[in-house]
Amino acid sequence: MKKLQTEILQNAFSSKEGHIPSSLSILDILWVLYSKILKVNPKKPHDPNRDYFILSKGHASLGLYSVLAEKGFFDKKKLKDFCRYESILGGHPNRNKVPGVEASTGSLGHGLPIAVGIAKGLKIQKKKQKVFVIIGDGESNEGTIWESALLASHHKLDNLCCIVDHNHSGDRALDLGNLENKFSSFGWDCMTINGHDQKEIEKALKTKHANVPLAIIAKTIKGYGIKALENNSAWHHKSPNQEEFEGLMKELS
Amino acid sequence: MRKQFVTTVEEILKKDERAVLLLGDIGVFGFRNAFKNYPDRVYNIGILEQSTISMASGLSITGLIPIVHTIAPFLTERCFEQIKDDFGYQKLGGNLVSVGASYDYAGLGCTHHCPADVPILMNIPDVQIIVPGTSEDFDTLFKESYSNGKLKYFRLSERENQTKVPVKFGKANVIKKGKSGTVIAVGPLLDKVINATKDIDVTVIYLTTLRPFDTETVQKNITGGKVFICEPYYSGAITEEIIKASKDPLKIEFLGVPKEFLTNYGTKEEHDEHLGFTEKNILTRIKKLIHE
Repeated sequence: MKKLQTEILQNAFSSKEGHIPSSLSILDILWVLYSKILKVNPKKPHDPNRDYFILSKGHASLGLYSVLAEKGFFDKKKLKDFCRYESILGGHPNRNKVPGVEASTGSLGHGLPIAVGIAKGLKIQKKKQKVFVIIGDGESNEGTIWESALLASHHKLDNLCCIVDHNHSGDRALDLGNLENKFSSFGWDCMTINGHDQKEIEKALKTKHANVPLAIIAKTIKGYGIKALENNSAWHHKSPNQEEFEGLMKELS
Repeated sequence: MRKQFVTTVEEILKKDERAVLLLGDIGVFGFRNAFKNYPDRVYNIGILEQSTISMASGLSITGLIPIVHTIAPFLTERCFEQIKDDFGYQKLGGNLVSVGASYDYAGLGCTHHCPADVPILMNIPDVQIIVPGTSEDFDTLFKESYSNGKLKYFRLSERENQTKVPVKFGKANVIKKGKSGTVIAVGPLLDKVINATKDIDVTVIYLTTLRPFDTETVQKNITGGKVFICEPYYSGAITEEIIKASKDPLKIEFLGVPKEFLTNYGTKEEHDEHLGFTEKNILTRIKKLIHE
């Protein structure tokens, strides 16, 4: 994980762009998904039999790009071009540019209903693949999240798993209350886990959930792994200057 | 036109297993046979239009062809960002079919009026926009384009032209040729334009596909350097295309829905009268333009 964390930091520093803490918040989940769960082939990213993953909170793209590059979806050298004019890697992921990206997200509240559509489309075609999506807790303010929660349970989408990156970044605006109870009351199977414990993440993602969608509330720390960034809202969308970069890198070493 | 929509979509559901119909809790009775015959591909999704559009884009990602149907303001104005991001930006194909555009639901007030549908969708690159003037137009244009990989917006109207013209997707029809100017009639306004211009020497062009715009036909048929555009939504959606189509400077006049809230109720015919969508007013306005 240190290697991926370092890459995220370096690429945000060199590009002067990116949401570092949001990316670190979901890094363990992404790693488990791409290492243990998703049936995907980096050499055939459009394989018709693949599982689907959507990063609904698209601003954490740096984290997704690092994992996709590590898994061989594209050349790692491209990470250095993050957010440059002709780069395929933007501040939010683009499905028409980045191998392995299934939906172009950025505006919050779109990825989950798109995932519902993919899951429903697979069901209509009697296909067996699964669909995974990560949403943020701030994103859960959006009405479309709860519209989608209704749709997913009504249509019995047991091929859909929604992971909520619950790093409490949205607390300063709205109190979401008990998310597990909320998803449960919408008809989902639901559980709360430590979003930085990879064994716990893997076990949760492998949970059977017949006839209902699964919501995993992942308790995470925004900026996880670098103390100076952890739960520090000043760093939400900020890239470090030279001095800060050196300090943050020291923490990682 | 709504009955034709049901007939056309039922035919497509029968022959194309990729077609999936999503209703926003309208048209459920009309599609009762489709619900029975294709339970895996016909859904009353509910009254959650934004998620319906995003969900439709997800269906499209898996290779299906979504057809989404609800009332114009909820399908377009409410879902503008979903159409922009989830279909436009993602380059996904699908079909949006509205009813109740402009003031077709005159008595229901401004929340249910939608003269902005066509102009706002023009702001999303690559969205194709179709305004049929008859049931036959809809049937032809929908069948020609529903699976073309682009997002299309079909605007069903409560009124139909009596004039039947063989239309083709992406092509304008020249109804008659004259020398004093060109009148462009969009969709259901053709009858009024034909009647208004029967005794004057103008070219009449009938447009049902607004995008892709048939530049070639319009270019060849601009006469007298004067164009009168008759469009059933907020004026201006195709003006740029017409200006670009002309090799020479043009004098252009418009009859469209004015940008004001239509706070009266009544019937669409009463609104027509108030706004000047009458044969008499169309003729007066065209004469004024060509004699200036």
